[in-house]
Amino acid sequence: MTAQVETGSSPQAPEPEEESLAARLQRFVGRPSRPPVSAADPVNQPMVRHWCEAIGDGNPVYTDPQAAGASRHRGLVAPPTMLQVWNMPGLRPVPPLPGEDQLGELIGILDQAGYTAIVATNCEQEYARYLRPGDLLSATSMIEAISEEKRTALGSGYFINLHETYTDQRGEVVGTMMLRVLKFRPNERAESSPPAAPPRRPRPVVNDDNRFFWEGVGRGELLIQRCTGCARLRHPPRPMCPHCRSLEWDTRRSGGRGTVYSYVIPHHPPVPPFTYPHVVGLIELVEGTRLVSNVIDIDPAEVRIGMPVEVCFITVDDELVLPQFRPTVGNRER
Amino acid sequence: MSTAARPSPRFEEVHLGDTLPELAMEITPTLIVSAALASRDFQDVHHDATLARQHGMPDIFMNILATNGFVGRFITDWAGPEAQIRKISVRLGAPNFPGDTMRMTGTVTATELQGGEGVIDVDVRGRNRLGDHVVASVSVSLPAGG
Repeated sequence: MTAQVETGSSPQAPEPEEESLAARLQRFVGRPSRPPVSAADPVNQPMVRHWCEAIGDGNPVYTDPQAAGASRHRGLVAPPTMLQVWNMPGLRPVPPLPGEDQLGELIGILDQAGYTAIVATNCEQEYARYLRPGDLLSATSMIEAISEEKRTALGSGYFINLHETYTDQRGEVVGTMMLRVLKFRPNERAESSPPAAPPRRPRPVVNDDNRFFWEGVGRGELLIQRCTGCARLRHPPRPMCPHCRSLEWDTRRSGGRGTVYSYVIPHHPPVPPFTYPHVVGLIELVEGTRLVSNVIDIDPAEVRIGMPVEVCFITVDDELVLPQFRPTVGNRER
Repeated sequence: MSTAARPSPRFEEVHLGDTLPELAMEITPTLIVSAALASRDFQDVHHDATLARQHGMPDIFMNILATNGFVGRFITDWAGPEAQIRKISVRLGAPNFPGDTMRMTGTVTATELQGGEGVIDVDVRGRNRLGDHVVASVSVSLPAGG
């Protein structure tokens, strides 16, 4: 959003910034945010059809005259959520005359004061009736309210409530909309950090006891810790043999085959970046030790205790390789 | 990916606590761009990934009009052609970026007979992997009694 800014105050004589800003903002309350707009086109079937295709909306009352006629609507209607569409300014909007773009001025003042970012937080639409092809809409918009400065997770800023009223060719109100935006000063941290990356899968905590395991995984090997005192295998890795208390150990490589000893399918709470449902399995290896992993390449509903599985290694991202298990199938294409 | 039309339930069949059929929307660039253009929203962040990155976003993202549209569709996929949506109130959260999936769920929170109309309130939630994209409450009516 761009705006011609007329601040009305001289840069040579700065006033107490915060107070004058709040007072200046409140002067905009009750003003039209922009001049009234008349829709360029009446409500029409082609735009409704494009919308329904894009949204994937198969409700026949929008596109099928026969079904619409047989419904309570007694004829074609437009999706109510298209209310705002009919008066959108389009790709090449006519620039407003100076003084008419009150919202632009308000935004410009906040930009200058350092509240440079904007985000919409709420939208409420009420529909007095469904629109029909041929209806010609006009929209008026008012700056309804401006909050005090609020601290939010995004940064400090001002909530601006805009209220739109839509009328038809007879001047009757067909719907209203309240749009709330937050015009804010981005947090220092948010500003200096790169754009939010999608969350990554948690990293394993690697220490002296289990480093061999994760290094093996990195090479595509599933290693099991073995006591050199009594030759018993153990997992998860730990310093002392629970059987003979020896601190001496080496490793052996697992063949990677086993069975599902037990499993759970977590549903709640969802934790990014995991997709749901998925299977967390306790896998009993042929060698006898058990480890927690995922069972993949299978519909979670099909997992069974005792099911034969085999290890595979998935590259999660450029730093993380994980051992996972999938059903053992004799003729599986690898 | 549109849902085939199904008949409206009778108002008398709708009960407090009923859940709506879940809708999983794969968020693709095509979905975001086509919905933005169909709603005549030509802001660059909804169709031009290069400019979206210059604005500090990782990619293009869904516009609000489309979010409203999906909430409306989610309701009438369930409530059918006899439904009349009266009010939609949405709270916006995590953006819908390409490559994500938004899962929409809904629960009936109130039913009330007003004249010949059955008014139903539904809480709707659309989640993606970043969290709640949209939390909405919708008031929709069905003919009652007949």
